[in-house]
Amino acid sequence: MKRACFHLFVLSCACFPLRAQVTFDRLLQSSKEPQNWLTYSGDYAGHRHSELTQVNSENVKGLVARWVYQTAALGKFETTPLVVDGILYGTGQDDHAFALDARTGRPIWQYQYIYPSDIRACCGRVNRGVAILGDKVFYGTLDAHLVALDTKTGNVAWDVAAADYRKGYSFTLAPLAVKNMIVVGISGGEYGTRGFVDAYDANTGERKWRFYTTPGPGEPGHETWAGDSWKIGGAPAWITGVYDKDTDQLFWTTGNPAPSNRKAQREGDNLYSNSLLALDAGTGKLNWYFQYTKHDEHDWDSTQVPVMLDLDGKKLIAHANRNGYFYLIDRTTGKLVFSKPYAKTTWSTTFDSEGRPVATGESSPTLEGNKVCPGAAGSTNWMSPSFDPQTKLFYVTAREQCDVFSTAEQANEEGHAYYGSAYFPADDAEPYWGALRALDPLTGERKWEFKHVSPSWSGVLTTAGGLVFTGDSEGNFIALDAKTGKALWHFQMGGAVYAAPMAYAIDGKEYIAIAAGSGLFTFALP
Amino acid sequence: MGRLAVAAILCAGLLSLMARTNSLAQESNPLAGDAKAAKAGESQFRANCAFCHGLGARGGGRGPDLTRARKRHGSKDADLFRTISDGVPGTAMPANGTTGQGVGMTAEEIWQVITYIRSVEKKVAPSLVGDRARGDKLFHGSGGCFTCHMVNGEGGRLGPELTNIATSRSTEALIESLRNPSRHLAIGLIENTKEFPQEYETVSVVTADGKQFTGVALNEDNFSLQMMDTQQQIHLFEKDTLKSFQKTRESLMPAYDEKTLPDRDLQDLLAYLFQVSAK
Repeated sequence: MKRACFHLFVLSCACFPLRAQVTFDRLLQSSKEPQNWLTYSGDYAGHRHSELTQVNSENVKGLVARWVYQTAALGKFETTPLVVDGILYGTGQDDHAFALDARTGRPIWQYQYIYPSDIRACCGRVNRGVAILGDKVFYGTLDAHLVALDTKTGNVAWDVAAADYRKGYSFTLAPLAVKNMIVVGISGGEYGTRGFVDAYDANTGERKWRFYTTPGPGEPGHETWAGDSWKIGGAPAWITGVYDKDTDQLFWTTGNPAPSNRKAQREGDNLYSNSLLALDAGTGKLNWYFQYTKHDEHDWDSTQVPVMLDLDGKKLIAHANRNGYFYLIDRTTGKLVFSKPYAKTTWSTTFDSEGRPVATGESSPTLEGNKVCPGAAGSTNWMSPSFDPQTKLFYVTAREQCDVFSTAEQANEEGHAYYGSAYFPADDAEPYWGALRALDPLTGERKWEFKHVSPSWSGVLTTAGGLVFTGDSEGNFIALDAKTGKALWHFQMGGAVYAAPMAYAIDGKEYIAIAAGSGLFTFALP
Repeated sequence: MGRLAVAAILCAGLLSLMARTNSLAQESNPLAGDAKAAKAGESQFRANCAFCHGLGARGGGRGPDLTRARKRHGSKDADLFRTISDGVPGTAMPANGTTGQGVGMTAEEIWQVITYIRSVEKKVAPSLVGDRARGDKLFHGSGGCFTCHMVNGEGGRLGPELTNIATSRSTEALIESLRNPSRHLAIGLIENTKEFPQEYETVSVVTADGKQFTGVALNEDNFSLQMMDTQQQIHLFEKDTLKSFQKTRESLMPAYDEKTLPDRDLQDLLAYLFQVSAK
C-alpha cells in the first residue's frame, strides 16, 4: 500500500507540476505576487520596490541574518537574485550560476560556465543576474554568450554567441524576459566596439532582432560620427532596461562613446551614446531617443535603470544620470520635462532650448588635466535606484567626487582597451564621499540624504513597510526610514556591496537579500 | 553539476590561467627600448596606474614614485612584470594581470607599461647634501619624529611607518610632507578584496561621559570609528553613543616651517631616511 501511494505521488507530480512556470503574464503582473521577485528590477517599471510589509519601520531593528551563500570567488559580486516559488536563482563572479532553497540557502544546482582565459573584462569578472521565463533561466557571459539553463537542473538548454569577445564584447547585465524573448545589451565601451541591444527567442536562442546603438551609413544619426568612428564608437547597453506594455516598448539606456575621453577621434554628437532608447519590443525598431550627454568626454555612461512613473496623470521616465543631472522625460514623446543637478556638477552652466545641460568648453580633458565634477565614476553609476509609490520619492545612491581628467592619446587596436583618458580624484579638501538621496521626481528637489563615509556602489530597495534598504562600501547593510532617511538598522557583512537588494517571502516570512563580498546574505525577523 | 565538479573546473581554470601568466612572464622585456611601445605604455599607465602612482610615474596619493631605478619589490624586468601582474600581497598594489582582478592588463600591455616606466626612470639616485648622522639625531631627538613614526621597528605608531619611505617617494613629496603635511593626505582604497582605508585624518570625539580624545582615524564606517589617540591608545566607538564626533583632513603632523626646521636640518633628515631606505 505504501509503495502504491508513493507511485501515485510520483505520478501526480509528473502530471501536475506543483510549481507553475513563469509566464509573460506573470511577469506583467508581478505586483500581484510580492512573495516572488521575478525580474532584475522587481517589475517591468524598474521600481525595485517590494509590496511586502512584514518588516517595517517599527520592527526592522529586530532584523537578523538568516543564511549566507558563499560563492568562494573573488571579485565584485553584483547579482540581484530572482526568487520564484521558494527557489532563488542568481549568478556569482566568473559566470557562476546557482539555484538555492530560498529558505535555507542550500544549493539545488550550480553551474560554472567556462569562458576563455583571454576575455576582455574591463571592469571585473562580474554578472548582475538572470532572467526567468518558462522553464529556463538566462544569463549573459563574459565572452558575450547568452546561455539558457533548465530551472530544475541547471542543464544547458542552449548557448549562443552574440559577438566576438576577442574584439572586446562581453555581457554583464541581467537579461530582461519580454513576451517570448530574452533581451540583452552588450558591454564593451572600454574597447573599440559597436554597441547593440539584442532579442533572442527564449525557446531556441534564435536572434529575433538587433538594434545597433551607433547608426551605420544611410541611417539617421550616422552623421553624428566623424569618418568611420561609428564602427568602434562604443555606446554599449550594459544595464537592464524596462518594458512598457501599453506601448509594447522597451526603454533601454546606453553608455559612453569610445574612446571614452577623446573627442578628436569622434567629432560629433555620437548618437546614440549616452541615450535613452525607445525600442519597439517586437522589432527592435527605434521609435525615439533622448540623448543625455552629447559627445561625452568623461565616461559618463547613461547606463542607469530608467524608472517608469505614472504620476499626476502623466507617463514619465525618471533617470538620475551619471553626469550629475536628474532628468524627467515624457515617455509618450521622449521630450524632456526638466533636468536638474542632484549632485555637484561643474561641466555645464547653461541649458539648451529643450532644457538639457550643455557642456562648457572648459570641461574637456586636457593633456595637463582639468578638474571636472562629477568625476569619471559619476554622480551615480549602474547601481539601481528605487521608486516608492507610498512616499512618491525616487531614491538614488549619489557620489560626490571631482576628478582631474587628462587625455591619453591612443590608437584603437582591436580587442585592446580604448580609453584615450586618465583621471584621478581632484585635490579637494574632501576627496570623495557618498550619500543616499531621496528626490521628489516631479521637481528634482532633495527631500533628505543619508551620508556615506565613502561612496557606495549599492543599489536601493524600497518596501511597503516604509523602508529603504541600501548597502555601503564598508560592508554595512542599512535600513532607513523612507520618509526621513533616519537609519533604523544596520548589519556589518564584512565585504563591500556592489549589488542591489531585493525582497521575497516564503510561507508568510519576508526576507531581504543582498550580495556583499563573496556572500549572498538574507535577513528576516526572528 | 555537483560541487566537486564545480571545484575541479574552477581549479582547472585557475591552473590554466597560472600557466598562461607564467609563460608570458619572460625574464626580460621583449619590447625594451621600443619607442612605440613606450608611448602605448604611457597611455596604459595614465589610464590604469596614474591613479595611485601619479602622472609621470612620480608617485601619488598611495603609490610609490616609479622613476626611481631601484624598486622596492624588485628592479629587474621580470620583477616588475610580476609586481604589476600579480600585485604585492599585503600592500595596496592589486593584481592587474590576466586574473581579472585590478585593471586586467594583457601581458603585452604590461610590457608596454614597463617600457614606459624604464623610459622615465632617473638614471642616477638623487644627490643628497645632508649629514646622515645628524639627521639620525634629529629624527630621534629634537625633531621629535620618532615619537609618531617608526623606523626599523623602533618609534611611534601614530603616523606612517617610514623605513622605506625615501625610496618610494620623490624628494619633493617628502619635503612637502614635512613642510605642509596636510597638503596631501593618503588616499584610502576600499576594494572588494583589499582594504586600505587609513588616510590619517584627524578625529576628535567627546564621549557620552564627557571624555575627549583626539587622534587619527584607523578606520571608520557609517556607524563606528576605530581611532588611535595622541597617546597611541586605540579606541573603538559606536558613533551614535558619542556626544560629538569631528573629522578633518588637517593632519596631526606639525607643519615644519623653515623656522622650526631650517633647510639644513631638513636635508639632514632626508639623508638619514635615504640611508635607512637604501639598506
